[in-house]
Amino acid sequence: MSDSIDIINAFALLTNFVILPALSYGSQLALGALAVTLVYSILRFSNFAQGDSMAFGTMLVILISGYMISRGWTITGVPTALLAIPMALIGMSIYLLTMDRLVYRHYRRIKVKQNIVGITASIGIMFVTGGIVRFVLGASAQRFEDGERFIFSVREFKAFTGLEQGIAFKTSQFLTITLAMLLVAFLFYFLQKTKTGKAMRAYSDNKELALLSGIDPDRVVKITWLLVALFTTIAGTLYGLDKGFAPQQYHLLLLPIFASVIVGGIGSPIGAIAGAFLVAFSEILLTYAYKKFLIYLLPLSMHPNSLVQLIGTEYKYAISFVILVTVLLIRPTGLFKGKVI
Amino acid sequence: MSNFNNLWQSYKAIICFAIMGLVLLFVGLNQSWALVLGIVNLSLISAIMALGVNIQWGYAGLMNVGIMGFAALGGVSVVLIAQQPVTEAIDVGGLKMLFALALGAITIVTGVVLNKKGFNKWLIASIVVIGYLFTRHYFSEAADVIEKVDPAITGYLGGFGLPVAFSWVVGGLAAAGAAWWIGKITLGLRTDYLAIATLGISEIILYVFKNEDWLVRGLKNVYGLPRPVPYEVDMQKSEWLQNLVAWIHKSELQLLTQSEQIVKLGDYVREAAVVFVKLCYSGLFIAILVAFIILSNLALNSPWGRKVRAIRDNEVAASAMGKNITRQHLQIFVIGSAIVGVAGALLVTYDGIFIPTAYQPLRFTFLIWVMVILGGSGNNMGSVLGAFIIWFIWIQSGPMGLWVVEMLGNSMQEGSAPLEFIEDRVHYLRLVFMGTILLLIMRFSPGGILPEKNKEL
Repeated sequence: MSDSIDIINAFALLTNFVILPALSYGSQLALGALAVTLVYSILRFSNFAQGDSMAFGTMLVILISGYMISRGWTITGVPTALLAIPMALIGMSIYLLTMDRLVYRHYRRIKVKQNIVGITASIGIMFVTGGIVRFVLGASAQRFEDGERFIFSVREFKAFTGLEQGIAFKTSQFLTITLAMLLVAFLFYFLQKTKTGKAMRAYSDNKELALLSGIDPDRVVKITWLLVALFTTIAGTLYGLDKGFAPQQYHLLLLPIFASVIVGGIGSPIGAIAGAFLVAFSEILLTYAYKKFLIYLLPLSMHPNSLVQLIGTEYKYAISFVILVTVLLIRPTGLFKGKVI
Repeated sequence: MSNFNNLWQSYKAIICFAIMGLVLLFVGLNQSWALVLGIVNLSLISAIMALGVNIQWGYAGLMNVGIMGFAALGGVSVVLIAQQPVTEAIDVGGLKMLFALALGAITIVTGVVLNKKGFNKWLIASIVVIGYLFTRHYFSEAADVIEKVDPAITGYLGGFGLPVAFSWVVGGLAAAGAAWWIGKITLGLRTDYLAIATLGISEIILYVFKNEDWLVRGLKNVYGLPRPVPYEVDMQKSEWLQNLVAWIHKSELQLLTQSEQIVKLGDYVREAAVVFVKLCYSGLFIAILVAFIILSNLALNSPWGRKVRAIRDNEVAASAMGKNITRQHLQIFVIGSAIVGVAGALLVTYDGIFIPTAYQPLRFTFLIWVMVILGGSGNNMGSVLGAFIIWFIWIQSGPMGLWVVEMLGNSMQEGSAPLEFIEDRVHYLRLVFMGTILLLIMRFSPGGILPEKNKEL
């Protein structure tokens, strides 16, 4: 390694190990957080089953893509999981709608505190869902990606640019960022421009008024669950493609997802996305070891001996919690003042 | 018919407990008394935990989704209070660790004080960050030294070597402290913030216990914690127990030859020693449970209890009457968590071993919730009943699931792939089963088995 100051290589290093991972992790969190926001805005409760629902959606994708691979229904270079998503979506929609019909619908019809009952019921569903997932796929971690691993690999990048530090762009990262942008664009278009979307916003703003103007509440709820199925399945699959599938890991995603939602302002979709990236970047920036980065930037005499890591990786979930607590202390309404959808 | 119904209503609690007792008796006669006492003891500990949660949920509607964390705090205090100190580790790293922790505390206090005095936010932030970096440096140095001291056996600081009973109080206080901090931040805001924050803190508490080896050995677990009751081995040698066992089995033993008698008597004494130790624990747990029930019933029938219920049933009206709702909620949240902490300490005392990975949300948070809701939220006796029923189902559902699988397996070939697959994973269905129980009670019998009696306010 040269002893001169090398900003380009330092930046390449940071891009490879911090910026790209944080962007894709943030996108995955954002999709999950949007699902929580949708449930919250329409059904008025915090969905504790979100993490395990993501595991359920991913489980469907794994099962379907496994079948497709065994039949040879694959396209070279494309992860089979991606092709399995449409089928999994149907299964996920059926699952969520069944749960709504069996559990949540009853509580909408009687006069109770929606929030508290909803949380309790969703905790029940969380365990049912988690149990099913572990029963079907087991509790251990597994990977299910196939096809082309990289858009460009470290070696290709080095050969192309001649830099000492390479950047790898994984297919899963590319897919995550692209799909997340598409989905978010779709959601905002849907909510702002379509009649159904406007009905949903009206319902979320003022339920009584919406009912008076002839909006069918059952239809609004149904559409909400379909959207939740879409976001949950894709978020879960992308997270799994990126980091592998482990039920416990998905269960624990609940914390960063809730932190994202609350940081952004509960009920605000833009807030959820902003919160998700804030949480993702903080998590990765604080747990990254800066030793190599500083070696590029500092003169030889100032090179660090230790890893220069602010917080051990084992405490990454504590970061979302600290962010959550800080927001609650300083600005409980969140960054985007909890507008409803 | 209506007569029967009235009778059922007024003696429901007694009938339910009697049925539960008969079921346990049945298991005892058919399987073994040690097994039954094991179930009873864990039910009693669960009942204490459920009582704490019932105070939070049943009497104030506060959602604690982090029962696991508070129980773990109680458990850790057993290690830190009752375990013998590791002098060697303290000699090399004790002062260093103390210094690092003090530095951390000073940083936090300085930050808070400067913030109160209204100094520049950036100044405070930079002071806190610099303080944190220094603390982290000294801290990891101290932790390294301590963890290197005979890591296979110790590698941690040990405890204070005090009688184990102290740790129950300390466990309660530790849980209360954590609850106070969480409650202070989240109570008074939206109701679901408390739920989310407790979920978060409980996971973090466990991450600390799993990773900080210098404190409680992390994943290496702490064995051989001191016990408040005699050891089985000592009991086997005691004269009176041998005589008692001989007297109970007199008629049976008389029929045997001398040498057979000794062997048989030895077996009986071993079993009796186990049962006796478990009975000691049962007595202890019952005493604590009863004390908590009496105290909380007294409290709930006092003016304080009326205020609590008034707030739960109508916050707006209660706050119009000048009651400080946030303060009341904080008080209840702290009290409930303290009871959970005591129960957590009792559990580790009973097990004699501290295993951070044993704290699973299902076992410690969810199961307790199901107990409270099944028994009847708001009713203390309901929580106790719920604890016995759910713990019994929980223990028996494992063997029962396997039995069902084996019945199914008779139609399949031995060792066939699907059978092995199911046997391997059948225990995950307990999650599904418990979740379903919770959803069914909430849907069809929201009051639980023993609903709260509507008292005149």
